[in-house]
Amino acid sequence: MQTIEHPLPCLSESDTQGIIKGRDLFGYVGIEAVLDQMRRKTMKAGFEFNIMVVGQSGLGKSTLVNTLFKSKVSRKSCTPNYEEKISKTVHLQSVSHIIEEKGVKMKLTVIDTPGFGDQINNENCWEPIVKYVNEQYEKYLKEELNVNRKRRIPDTRVHCCVYFLPATGHWLRPIDVEFMRRLGKIVSIVPVIAKADTLTLEERLEFKQRIRQDLQANGIRVYPQKEYDEDAEDRILNDKIRENIPFAVVGTDKEHQVNGNKVLGRKTKWGIIEVENVAHCEFALLRDLLIRSHLQDLKDVTHNIHYETYRVKRLNESNANGLALSPLTLENGTLEKSDAESHL
Amino acid sequence: NRNDKQYVGFATLPNQVHRKSVKKGFDFTLMVAGESGLGKSTLVNSLFLTDLYKDRKLLNAEERINQTVEITKHTVDIEEKGVKLKLTIVDTPGFGDAVNNNECWKPITDYIDQQFEQYFRDESGLNRKNILDNRVHCCLYFIPPFGHGLRPVDVEFMKALHEKVNIVPLISKADCLTPNEVKKLKDRVRDEIEHFGIKVYQFPECDSDEEEEFKQMDKELKECTPFAVIGSNTVVEARGQRVRGRLYPWGIVEVENQSHCDFVKLRNMLIRSHMHDLKDVTCDVHYENYRAHCIQEMTSKLAQDNRTDSPLPILPLPTPDVETERLIKMKDEEVQNNHH
Repeated sequence: MQTIEHPLPCLSESDTQGIIKGRDLFGYVGIEAVLDQMRRKTMKAGFEFNIMVVGQSGLGKSTLVNTLFKSKVSRKSCTPNYEEKISKTVHLQSVSHIIEEKGVKMKLTVIDTPGFGDQINNENCWEPIVKYVNEQYEKYLKEELNVNRKRRIPDTRVHCCVYFLPATGHWLRPIDVEFMRRLGKIVSIVPVIAKADTLTLEERLEFKQRIRQDLQANGIRVYPQKEYDEDAEDRILNDKIRENIPFAVVGTDKEHQVNGNKVLGRKTKWGIIEVENVAHCEFALLRDLLIRSHLQDLKDVTHNIHYETYRVKRLNESNANGLALSPLTLENGTLEKSDAESHL
Repeated sequence: NRNDKQYVGFATLPNQVHRKSVKKGFDFTLMVAGESGLGKSTLVNSLFLTDLYKDRKLLNAEERINQTVEITKHTVDIEEKGVKLKLTIVDTPGFGDAVNNNECWKPITDYIDQQFEQYFRDESGLNRKNILDNRVHCCLYFIPPFGHGLRPVDVEFMKALHEKVNIVPLISKADCLTPNEVKKLKDRVRDEIEHFGIKVYQFPECDSDEEEEFKQMDKELKECTPFAVIGSNTVVEARGQRVRGRLYPWGIVEVENQSHCDFVKLRNMLIRSHMHDLKDVTCDVHYENYRAHCIQEMTSKLAQDNRTDSPLPILPLPTPDVETERLIKMKDEEVQNNHH
């Protein structure tokens, strides 16, 4: 190994922050290489992503998920002899797959919610979903508090909840408001307009405007939430997204020939709806948001904000009740508490 | 000339009826039911080429939370080639929109029953010259295209109404379905209708002496149900013509193009060929069922009260007509006097 014998550069006067810029170095230290190491390590370890889809039967949830990840990852595609039947209760089913792209492995879990909103009386149909989300946080919390905890805590927390709105063109329905109000507080909701090929562009714009109005009027915060923008750059990027939600999507797994190319689309008697064509629908925008640009951010928001909120609540509860959450809490009771306070 | 001698002349009766009907005009009451946002208003406007809903205000989410099921009526007089039609559209805003939709069809069944009751009273009254027929002749039920078939609320609604009104189920907003999906959904809905024992409106059988072409058309009509419809309030330019349609980035949907949707079939069925039959079935089947049921209940009640049969039907009237009440009371006293 070569030893560098040049003296260390002194801070120039204009540099008050104490950061030594690369150009001032006399050689190549190789700090950037750390990034590469991190990348390689995470690539080896792989990513986990848990996406939940909520909406009435028939809104294209399974098709959309399959189209997003370009593989048959939905519950429908994985169950042999699958029959479309409206289930009498809301229950959650999750299916996991490991998909790989360019050497990057992702463990994708799709959580489906059959029965939601399908009954005549849908009162409290959101409760099983709220329960599930909180249970995942609880699982993670218990692992984290363990004395001997795993190096990588298995993450089953819901990173993103895609909520499917039927393309009525009017306003949000009472069930939409009730669901998003409750779940928006504990998970990142991405609302989409499903089967949007029944709305003209004009109707789509008006519908989106009304939905945004409704969301604001009811204090519902959907992803990306304004208060979690980290800096101006984030804010500009996210403002553009916020002006466009909910995305109007169309999904399919069929391909057709258009102008000599094979495209994903839906063929009707009056034309072919190209799913990945942004002039036709906003599927590509949704895909870019969920996968290409904000996937890690969704995980971060879940971990740093939603999970922490849950954790604080639970620890306060257990301290208030004098209940032992785990041996660790009892021992470091005061430490945990001050941690919690500093968070608040 | 033998033919002249044997010719009586009543062959002109159909013409006479025709002339009288033209003078009198027709009336038709059409109910539309289904959740918000399925294109009901647009379809009604397309069917009758009017704009019945131009002053409508859509409720926002907050207003919807407290909304209950209402019944609203719009009446419009349409005239075409000298024939007058008094069209009444009965709308059901709020149906199926709440979180808890238990019995959300009750205001609708109550409304239909009330019209029957009103007609029953009028028919039994003494002055029957100008009876207003507000009975619902047909109910278009809008099934969302988004599902995989009938939902619980669809089944329950149709079962609650199939013995009170002619139900014509429709697949709404059919422009979000490919031809294959339309066929699958129709098959599924037809199967489920049969499975649940729902009696939707049946087209009457063709007379055996009809032309083959007509029989073939009739067969196609029947095999096409439930109709998959699209409506539009706007005129667009397609294939060099101005047509009612919807303009998308990927193409133009023409409402009256039979390869795009069944709108034309629905319109023809509803207005051009089966309007009269819908009225007949309402009068001869649904209303008669109601009437028979009503009378049965009354006679069993009278028997319980140990009174002889009254010549006039006595009904528990919510808003009694003063004249009729007085007459009934008079007749009642007569009977009682005769009895003593």
